[in-house]
Amino acid sequence: MMRGLWRLTWLEIKIFLREPLGVFGTLLPVLIFVVFGRLFGRQMRGASTGIPRALSVDLPIFTSLLIGVSAVSSLVAIIAIYREGGILKRLRATPIGPLTILTAHVTVKLLFTAVTLAAMMLVGRRYFPTDADIPIISFSLALLFSTVSILSLGFLIASVVPTARFAQPIGSFILYPMLAVSGLFVPLPSLPPTLRAVARALPLTYVVSLLRGIWHGEGWAAHASDVAVLALMFALFSAISARVFRWE
Amino acid sequence: MLLTGMTMSQPVVRVASIRKTYGAAVAVDDVSFDVQPGEIFGLIGPNGAGKTTTMECVEGLRTCDRGAISVLGLDPVRSARALQERIGVQLQEAQLQKRIKVREAVSFWASLYRKPLNGDRLIEQLGLIDKRNAWFMTLSGGQKQRLFIALALINDPELVFLDELTTGLDPQARRAIWDLVRGIRQRGKTVFLTTHLMEEAERLCDRVAIIDHGRIVDIGAPAVLVLRHCPEQTVIVTTDDASARERFQALSNVQSVSSQGLELTVRGTRGDLVTQVIQCLAEHRIRAIDFRTELPTLEDVFLKLTGHAIRN
Repeated sequence: MMRGLWRLTWLEIKIFLREPLGVFGTLLPVLIFVVFGRLFGRQMRGASTGIPRALSVDLPIFTSLLIGVSAVSSLVAIIAIYREGGILKRLRATPIGPLTILTAHVTVKLLFTAVTLAAMMLVGRRYFPTDADIPIISFSLALLFSTVSILSLGFLIASVVPTARFAQPIGSFILYPMLAVSGLFVPLPSLPPTLRAVARALPLTYVVSLLRGIWHGEGWAAHASDVAVLALMFALFSAISARVFRWE
Repeated sequence: MLLTGMTMSQPVVRVASIRKTYGAAVAVDDVSFDVQPGEIFGLIGPNGAGKTTTMECVEGLRTCDRGAISVLGLDPVRSARALQERIGVQLQEAQLQKRIKVREAVSFWASLYRKPLNGDRLIEQLGLIDKRNAWFMTLSGGQKQRLFIALALINDPELVFLDELTTGLDPQARRAIWDLVRGIRQRGKTVFLTTHLMEEAERLCDRVAIIDHGRIVDIGAPAVLVLRHCPEQTVIVTTDDASARERFQALSNVQSVSSQGLELTVRGTRGDLVTQVIQCLAEHRIRAIDFRTELPTLEDVFLKLTGHAIRN
């Protein structure tokens, strides 16, 4: 059914690593983190009790989300480039299934996102005071799950955006503002009713709720509804993009 | 040529009255033709005539609005999976990942099929052995096309589709590709190609279908089409004999004689024209400084049938 999936995934990993920004782009957030850690880590450690919640909880979540969202945005661009260059069309004339191509790309993106996040976690532990009881594994899983659900929205955008030149800006234009109404900066109840309605229709709102909860150690059971909504959105967006997806 | 019992004398491709529209624009209208086993069949016409649309319908990449297509006895859309194993496809202006290596592309493609050919040997046969570790983006136009031919042949297909294979290549690379295509036919495979280059069609194709504005104008072997539509022939004689013009005009096969300096252009019907002119020269002891004949080409046929020159 998924003939060629692993070969294509492996191939795309190699191709990604050959790109000038491949390795650099993966490690850049980590490097920035290290620099900031060296500059400010000592001060932060000294004042560990007095760090405002916005810095100790929401900043890590915000950073993780940015990495997830940028992965989605670059995936949108890749699909658009592949479509514009006729690569998708050429692959379509082979026995490889369309789903296989998409799955391979998602796997590659998730893999490199996971590498970045894991490195961030390790570096973060070294430079910044973290509560020992942060459920790292649960948080990583929640983050991967969240990224996948945002990815499905990315696919929807990638499916309908015709050219590579527009894909990335449009993707960013839709994805990044989602962060603003996600409840991360302004609590949902204090948003105007219209924006609140918009926020409820976007996956990021549930992602933030889920990630915050897990970070606090609230456990998955307390956030079952977030997971359910995200799974539902994933199914819905995937189904629509499978219908409207254009190969050329 | 070795044919399997099943396909013996049965056309490899059968297209019957297909029509394809994009919105209000009719891309292909009432197009019918057959492709016979073991031949190089060319769909020729200017850009935008409907060549690629027709070919992609036959490949199963598009669905036509009306009409019927059969490829190796199967419906190209409904039996797409089964056909993919038996056909090879090269698409117009296709690309691969910029940083994929030649060898990686060939071996990945090989992994997608049930009984692939030996990829390394194919790379060697197509003259890409020195480039096997080169990235796609570093290949020249001719090398890219040779790689696409390799990918189209990797599953050892019975039928190979080549869409505008030599567009954008220099004459030398073009000739090399022509030899490769003839090599495909020699392996007993059928080739279905499109081109807007009349010279390419004339030199490469066993039979051609001329398509213009989405309609087939005529089908046949290039030489047959030329004879059918442009039966005239031209003899050009350079001579300083002032009586030559009158003498040529008196010949029965000659339709017109025009002169430019010492050069006389004798137009007439094929058959005895050349013999008559030569006999006339000998008989009247006309001294010819130069003598050559010109035959009409597919280009002339196209001009005659469509009323316009093929745009390049």
